[in-house]
Amino acid sequence: MSYLYAAYIATWLIHGTYLAILVRRYSRIRREMESLKTRSK
Amino acid sequence: MKRGFSILAIVTALLLSFALYEALIGAPTERTMGDVQRIFYYHVPSAWTAFLLFLINFVASVTYLIRRDAKADILALVTAEVGVVFCTVVLVTGPIWARPVWGIWWTWDLRLTLTLVLWLIYVSYLMLRRFSTSSQTPVLAAVLAIFGALDVPLVYFSIWFFRTQHPSPVIGDGGSLDPRMAHVLLINWAAFLCLAWLVCWTRYRLEVVKREVEEAQSLESLLEASG
Repeated sequence: MSYLYAAYIATWLIHGTYLAILVRRYSRIRREMESLKTRSK
Repeated sequence: MKRGFSILAIVTALLLSFALYEALIGAPTERTMGDVQRIFYYHVPSAWTAFLLFLINFVASVTYLIRRDAKADILALVTAEVGVVFCTVVLVTGPIWARPVWGIWWTWDLRLTLTLVLWLIYVSYLMLRRFSTSSQTPVLAAVLAIFGALDVPLVYFSIWFFRTQHPSPVIGDGGSLDPRMAHVLLINWAAFLCLAWLVCWTRYRLEVVKREVEEAQSLESLLEASG
């Protein structure tokens, strides 16, 4: 049973890590957009 | 657009929850392997989803080489990235299943090796896209993706044409899967397909905005340089 849980947890850890990377990228792009807007004013 | 995304997100969350319940509780327990067999409900749909994403990547890469369409280039990048995530799930859940069933984590069996090669090809594709600054990068990446896609049918059909340690096909011709298990397998695949679609949609929008920001930054630098 522990192998089963390990496989399911590993799957969601992989997807979760990728989603966290996407969120981080989104935050960085948002910051760059804000700074572009500030400079263009 | 926003409404469609929200609907897809809700449907995905519901399907994933139902699929998880069916995989852990609803599906019958396999007689010889016991509960470990339930890893199959995550392992196989992840593999099918990865293959589908790499197939879309192949079509998008060919389209880019023919038309030089930026949208096709973005789609190729996005499907390769999400495909690598699903392929990673396959390569991690496979050994976790193999340890209690075969007694070993890994063997250099044809299908396992070809899957690892497939993963390495697409990781190198992503590395190329991430670190190369050449204007020819999308073209080089598209060519690499076409070679990578050649490995997909080899992985898929390896258990048909070669003697391997990997289990034989369980559905389709010659398959002997219990219909209740096949039902749970297809529910899980539907759930993972929705997840892949949702993530690809998010990643696509992110890439479009990223390219717009980069374009605006280059324009700004040009204007500054010209005084």
